[in-house]
Amino acid sequence: MTPSDTKSIASHELPATRLDPELAAKRAEKIKVSMISLCGCWGCTLSFLDVDERLLALLDKITILRCSLTDVKRIPERCAIGFIEGGVANEENIHTLQHFRENCDILISVGACAIWGGVPSMRNMVELKDCLSETYVHSPTRVPGAQPVVPFDKEIPILTAKVYPCHEVVKMDYFLPGCPPSADAIFKVFDDLINERPVDLPVSLNQFD
Amino acid sequence: MTIQIEIDGVAVTTEEGGNLVEVAAESGVYVPTLCYLAGKPALGTCRACSVKVDGRVVPACTVTVTEGMRVEVDAPETTDMRKALVEMLFSEGNHNCPSCEKSGRCTLQAVAYELDMMVSRFPYQFPERVQDHASDKIWLERDRCIFCQRCVEFIRDRATGKKIFSISRRGTNARIEIDVELANAMPPEQVREAVDICPVGTIIEKRVGYDDPIGERFYDIESIRDRALERHAE
Repeated sequence: MTPSDTKSIASHELPATRLDPELAAKRAEKIKVSMISLCGCWGCTLSFLDVDERLLALLDKITILRCSLTDVKRIPERCAIGFIEGGVANEENIHTLQHFRENCDILISVGACAIWGGVPSMRNMVELKDCLSETYVHSPTRVPGAQPVVPFDKEIPILTAKVYPCHEVVKMDYFLPGCPPSADAIFKVFDDLINERPVDLPVSLNQFD
Repeated sequence: MTIQIEIDGVAVTTEEGGNLVEVAAESGVYVPTLCYLAGKPALGTCRACSVKVDGRVVPACTVTVTEGMRVEVDAPETTDMRKALVEMLFSEGNHNCPSCEKSGRCTLQAVAYELDMMVSRFPYQFPERVQDHASDKIWLERDRCIFCQRCVEFIRDRATGKKIFSISRRGTNARIEIDVELANAMPPEQVREAVDICPVGTIIEKRVGYDDPIGERFYDIESIRDRALERHAE
């Protein structure tokens, strides 16, 4: 995000209770995972939750650091796996994705948006200014009589002209298609990675929709 | 006359004059196809069925088997070439599976699954192709067309034999066209035939859609590989 003049405090700067040393030691042994949704709908993350009770066994082996589920907003230490949902549609997405690339050994493109842009990339067929104008200036649901304004603030990330797949911005190691990928597919990829097997998604779990 | 050919090192006995795609399927070898339709003249437009015959890469659908022919379907470089061709098709058009009515019964999608495609190695182009909704019964979603020419060749006006669909312009500007007058004269079953013959979601019937829920669609029930091989089982 663009730097702001306003004084803001990030969540990781807030005072926090120290983790119990025993628990911290246990977590340190686990495989570290960070997750993010760039320009997506969080559907893939929800599909990850559909792994259901298998999550319990999975969480014996992995610990999730940066993730909306843990409400940790930065990668505190090097991770083995980065789970990337959503495509790249603004400046902040680029910075976040680069931050993940720098701090994760393996990055997985999860879902249609991360892989080829998905639904947000439908705007690639029109000019960005036309897209914003349709949304904010000529929108049929705009407030009658109000001055039409395209929102602009330092806190609002600048949109990229087109929506890009993640692998066009940084190197991605694995691809997991679907909108969203099924819980079984997500579990299979995690299971392969955690057990140090080559990632092998069977045809039956490969789906584009 | 009975002849002997070799597919991936295995001797196959078959009748002379057979189509290579069918002969391979008879012996349990799936060759992915997109433009090919069993029983119809081969178009050879999509190249998705490319295999090596006596060391040369050729589209299997255009090959008539002859005595002593050596066919390689699963040679790594040919397998990758087929995959690259399909990935290229995904890059060239706007194949938005999550929002496409044809998803689940789309041949391009089903073939991509069989080729273990997860992503295209080519940059996605997001072409701008104007859709044609002028016909009473058909949506023409141009950005999904892969130019297989099935509809061009096999869907014709019943009275005059004239082409209803055609391809105009060339290269990256090529686009599928529909003759609205002839299309409006199509009986309902011919409209459905046109929809079914389209291997992607370009020809879509108006006023119907999304009839089968996910998990119960054509290729959800049985994969394209199993369907192709099953036609020749027993």
